[in-house]
Amino acid sequence: MNLGPHADFIVAAYAVTVFVVAALVAWVVLDYWAQRRILGDLEERGVTRRSQRKG
Amino acid sequence: MPVIDFANPTRFLTIVNRVLPWLIAATVVLFAVGLFRAVNAPDDYQQGATVKIMFLHVPAAWLGMFGWGLMSIAALGTLVWRHPLADVAGKAAAPIGAAFTFICLTTGSLWGRPTWGTYWVWDARLTSMLVLLLLYLGVLALYWTAEEPGRGARAAAILSLVGAVNLPIIKFSVDWWNTLHQPASVFRMGGSKIDPALLTPLLIMTLAFTLLFMTLHLAVMRNEILRRRVRSMRLMQAQELAEAT
Repeated sequence: MNLGPHADFIVAAYAVTVFVVAALVAWVVLDYWAQRRILGDLEERGVTRRSQRKG
Repeated sequence: MPVIDFANPTRFLTIVNRVLPWLIAATVVLFAVGLFRAVNAPDDYQQGATVKIMFLHVPAAWLGMFGWGLMSIAALGTLVWRHPLADVAGKAAAPIGAAFTFICLTTGSLWGRPTWGTYWVWDARLTSMLVLLLLYLGVLALYWTAEEPGRGARAAAILSLVGAVNLPIIKFSVDWWNTLHQPASVFRMGGSKIDPALLTPLLIMTLAFTLLFMTLHLAVMRNEILRRRVRSMRLMQAQELAEAT
């Protein structure tokens, strides 16, 4: 594939996009694991939400 | 199932957990097809190979605006019906929309240098898109700095509605003012002006990026619901400790 005289600009555009999307995906996945871990810890300690309590 | 049932956070989480794997698979497949078509697309007769930047720039521009549109609709849900899931949807769309607006501005700048001879000009389209990015950052700042989440949500909802004025300005800026940016060439009266050899990969990439946006949005909404559960449980724990002492 020949990207011509402006190959640097094309590669830079794709690199920026990949970096931003990868950062977004990593943030979402790490945040999900963190929230699940904290919820698990709280449930282990017997903390429940008001809606989970029996009347 | 009535539509209103989807607005129950617990039921929403169940649905998201079922839908997400399919959305991720569809996104990956569409990106594989789209990137293959983009790599093998012919050069433009004027732009040369830099036309390949368009396959990123156009979807990012559309999703930057789509994200704000989504936040404006969610803002109505927050302010009028005070539904917590509406606020969750608005808050989740903000970082994703900001990221796509940033991609739009950066790729546009990298396309502009070889094509126009400059990275940036203060023309109406570019400036209104930069304003959109600043509005996104403003909404994120309101969410992140509010001491009381409800107050932050209402302030962000108001800014989302006010900022929606910028969407038609972005869209019609190329018609209302004399700009360096070219006028609409994909979705326009009388059909697209782009050759099918370039239009097909562009549409596939747009669909792939839109699915990516939807996937990320649902995943961030799920995270936000879990975060609110954590906050609620911590408040309950603190209340119990206070009552015990």
